[in-house]
Amino acid sequence: MTVAPFGREPGGAPLRLRLYVSGNAPNSLSAIRNLNAICEEHLTGPCEIEVVDVITEGLRAVQDRILVTPTLLLVDHPHVRVLGNLSDTARVLATLLPHDRSHART
Amino acid sequence: MTHSGHTPRKSPTGISGFDELTGGGLPHSRITVVLGSAGAGKTVFSLQTLVNAAARGEPGIFVAFEEDTRRIRENADSFGWKLDELEQERLLFVDAYVSPTDPMSGDFDLGGVLAQVAQQVETLGARRVVFDGIDVLLALLEGPGAARRELFRLFEWLAARDLTCILTAKAEGPDPLASPQYGYLPFMADCVILLQHALRERVSVRGIRVVKYRGSGFSENEFPVVITGEGMEVATYGRADLTHPVSSERISTGVAELDDMLDGGYFRGSSILLTGAPGVAKTTLSGSFADASCARGERVLFLSFDEPADQIVRNLSSVGLGLGRWVQEGLLDIWSLRSEARGVEEHLIEIKKRLLAFRPRALVVDPLSALAKSGGEVAAVDGSLRLLDFAKSQGITVLCTSLQEGSDPLSEQSSLQVSTIADTWFHLSYHVRGGERNRALTVVKSRGMAHSNQVREMILTRHGITLADVYSAGGDVLMGTARYEKEEEERRLAADAAAGAEERRRDLERAEAELRGRMAAMQRELAALEVQREAAGAKVQRALDEREAVVSGILRRRGAEPAREPGQADQP
Repeated sequence: MTVAPFGREPGGAPLRLRLYVSGNAPNSLSAIRNLNAICEEHLTGPCEIEVVDVITEGLRAVQDRILVTPTLLLVDHPHVRVLGNLSDTARVLATLLPHDRSHART
Repeated sequence: MTHSGHTPRKSPTGISGFDELTGGGLPHSRITVVLGSAGAGKTVFSLQTLVNAAARGEPGIFVAFEEDTRRIRENADSFGWKLDELEQERLLFVDAYVSPTDPMSGDFDLGGVLAQVAQQVETLGARRVVFDGIDVLLALLEGPGAARRELFRLFEWLAARDLTCILTAKAEGPDPLASPQYGYLPFMADCVILLQHALRERVSVRGIRVVKYRGSGFSENEFPVVITGEGMEVATYGRADLTHPVSSERISTGVAELDDMLDGGYFRGSSILLTGAPGVAKTTLSGSFADASCARGERVLFLSFDEPADQIVRNLSSVGLGLGRWVQEGLLDIWSLRSEARGVEEHLIEIKKRLLAFRPRALVVDPLSALAKSGGEVAAVDGSLRLLDFAKSQGITVLCTSLQEGSDPLSEQSSLQVSTIADTWFHLSYHVRGGERNRALTVVKSRGMAHSNQVREMILTRHGITLADVYSAGGDVLMGTARYEKEEEERRLAADAAAGAEERRRDLERAEAELRGRMAAMQRELAALEVQREAAGAKVQRALDEREAVVSGILRRRGAEPAREPGQADQP
């Protein structure tokens, strides 16, 4: 079985991600696109992505103390965040993967 | 851009002085941009406005981009603002500090903050919002284009809401408006305020200036700002018109001779300036005035720069002024301040507070020139004038001393130009002659009263101050020993004259007595002559009577004989 760089063991616990966006703002749309691409291209395991629009769900923005949009956070480690439209793939992976126990360490 | 003479509604800041100079506060439901260097007081200004509004029942949200909200709360506590009470339902902090070390991947926008604020505005029913230190977040954006885009987003977001907003941003340099970074901010905002903070002569000086106020008139000058233990205050000039109540009541100067010179004393509510070199007894003369005021049962605030209260009481007791008793009775408040400890404006605000709390009828500032040590001559002049103006508006009689080196008061600069607005101006100087230094008092001016232009010698005794007339001899003013000698000479001449007169009186007395003696003797002689004359007279009568009797006898004897002429009696 081929293991992609930064790959995940198939069948492991899903990596739960939450992406806060702001309506149809260009950065928010880019972030959704970029995150999908990262999951598809660089993560082999299951990914759960929840997209939250702060405009309609202000209370959640308050609860998670979201300041800028887009903000990506790990649901199981909410302080682990990446700000911005996620155009820097290496930066996104470098931040997220150390917190993922099912990450293949080979 | 004016709305055909219609003034926009204003929301008060509750910051003392600021609402006066803007005619009511910030534009209601609009955006005010506050620019200033670090430490100029942007956070204090905006938080104080928010706290005041919350206390009046207008809920507000404070979004802190620059500082940890815990630190902001601590600062607010140090001003005694009761955040805990307000925070329950009227005040909310949003911690919006984004660390530059947070992982960033690509461009972003302010959507999160705005969503949070929108949520809280709804929950709280907020009417006001502060975005404090927006520049910190904007700096994380990729380039000035993005910063500009996000500010537009913010302004649009606010325009759609009924919120009175303050946006603060750091702007360095002498002209923050010219800074290319946020140069467009003023165009977007309805009101723009500049806060300045600088060191002048090693003393911190703050200022505030309104540079734009859409649809409203405002004062364009920079006004001094003070941050005290209770928050920010703006020092305004008060009323531009000079319509203080004028009193013709005279109050004692504490020196009887000086009262005489001034036709009864100072005018109540006037300002008196006392200039002179060190040690010339300015403080003593001030103390006499304070003593006289307290003796009338009036409260006096004696403001002493750089000299402790105890020391003043002790020193003045040596010239018979018992100020300690008035202090104990609560009539006299001797308040010592260190001139360098604060800026002029801080001093003024504190003095004003003390005046309003203590409500004295008279204020002594000794010396006023100490203010020049608190942040420069210009600020001191300006501050002194405002202090006198304030005291006048309260009907307080003010006596200020001013330290002056040199002998010509008119050429000196350190009187802080107070001399031009002081109603009465004394100059105290030393006259050195014959190895002595003597104190001389001159009335330089005294508005609205007749006053002597003669120089008087001021003498300090154990019983207070007295003034002595001085002698002019050959164009020289005589004082001290010279005056004493001159006085002695006059005394001797007068005594000589008196002795001469006495001698003359005795001479005359003697002459008079002698004359009276002679008169008595002559009268006695006269009486004797009278007696002799009377006796002689009686003899004459007797002789006549005898002759009559003889003649009658003869006639009787010749009865039958024809009467003959006596010459023919013996004719044959």
